[in-house]
Amino acid sequence: MRTKDRVLLSGAVGPRDHAQGPASAPITLVEYGDYECPHCARAHPIVKQLQRQLGSDLRVVFRNFPLTNIHAHAQHAAESAEAAGAQGRFWEMHDTLFKHQRALDDDSLAGYAATIGLDTDRFERELAGHLHGARVREDVATGARSGVNGTPTFFINGVRHDGGWELEMLQAAIRRVTADVIAD
Amino acid sequence: MNSPSDALSPGTPAPNFSLRATPDQLVSLRDFQGRPIILAFYPADWSPVCGDQMSLYNEILEEFHRFDAELIGISVDGAWCHVAFSRDRHLHFPLLADFEPKGHVARLYGVYRPEEGTSARALFVIDEAGIIRWSYVSPVGVNPGADGIIRALEAMRTGVPHAH
Repeated sequence: MRTKDRVLLSGAVGPRDHAQGPASAPITLVEYGDYECPHCARAHPIVKQLQRQLGSDLRVVFRNFPLTNIHAHAQHAAESAEAAGAQGRFWEMHDTLFKHQRALDDDSLAGYAATIGLDTDRFERELAGHLHGARVREDVATGARSGVNGTPTFFINGVRHDGGWELEMLQAAIRRVTADVIAD
Repeated sequence: MNSPSDALSPGTPAPNFSLRATPDQLVSLRDFQGRPIILAFYPADWSPVCGDQMSLYNEILEEFHRFDAELIGISVDGAWCHVAFSRDRHLHFPLLADFEPKGHVARLYGVYRPEEGTSARALFVIDEAGIIRWSYVSPVGVNPGADGIIRALEAMRTGVPHAH
């Protein structure tokens, strides 16, 4: 929804989300992204850098927004991250997928599952059966309602960030949005 | 121009038009009467980003179809250009060529930008009876996303007026 020029996150961050950082963190950064999107891959280390700089002041949440019509592997990649999440390893797979963005075919995905120590039989069964497809669609639906307008789209404390997502720009936006909650 | 006040506002009957979707197919707004229509004017095909406005809408057509709504994209690009763009991005909805006379339909809806020679990024949600129920002109360079469209469709279904 919108209030004047602010576009607000629809679907509050909750237990269904994949989050890094404490729920009590004064800053929550939600990213809607696509593992096959080159811009998202460029944004990935920037988010990591923010996490290092802000420590427990920052909670990072990732939601799927695969552009399936232009990125052939994006849907399966998203489902494989969710399949890893079902085994408690979402973020390991998340990092791996962005690191190996140019190899996201099913064989590669199975290889990554093995590398990060997943039960590969279960992983492949869930991927083949699209067990996590509905979950990915739910993310896309909340993204649509939240005004996601490309990938990556970031929300800082529930407000869509409309500027660029280079480190300095995200830092400045976080400072602006949260000046009152992390003052001094 | 490009101020939202120039765009046709809610309550206005949507002007009919016939434009080419492909070099040999004409599409009229009237063809869709009886269903909600989303008219998405955009400046040009081939924006150099992954999640350009049309590709984005293409991914969430399901969200529009929940309301039985049809999406129509319109730009001043020619029909052959639309065919190539649509094929490249695997679009599953029609793109209409507001090409001759150039920008005629954009002008009818109050969203032509003569200094650029393109339409603004402007959205119109039209109800089953052909009345505009919501319109929005996005700031230049900002892809508006789909949240406003979905909310307008929801408001039409529930009968509650949509506040932007």
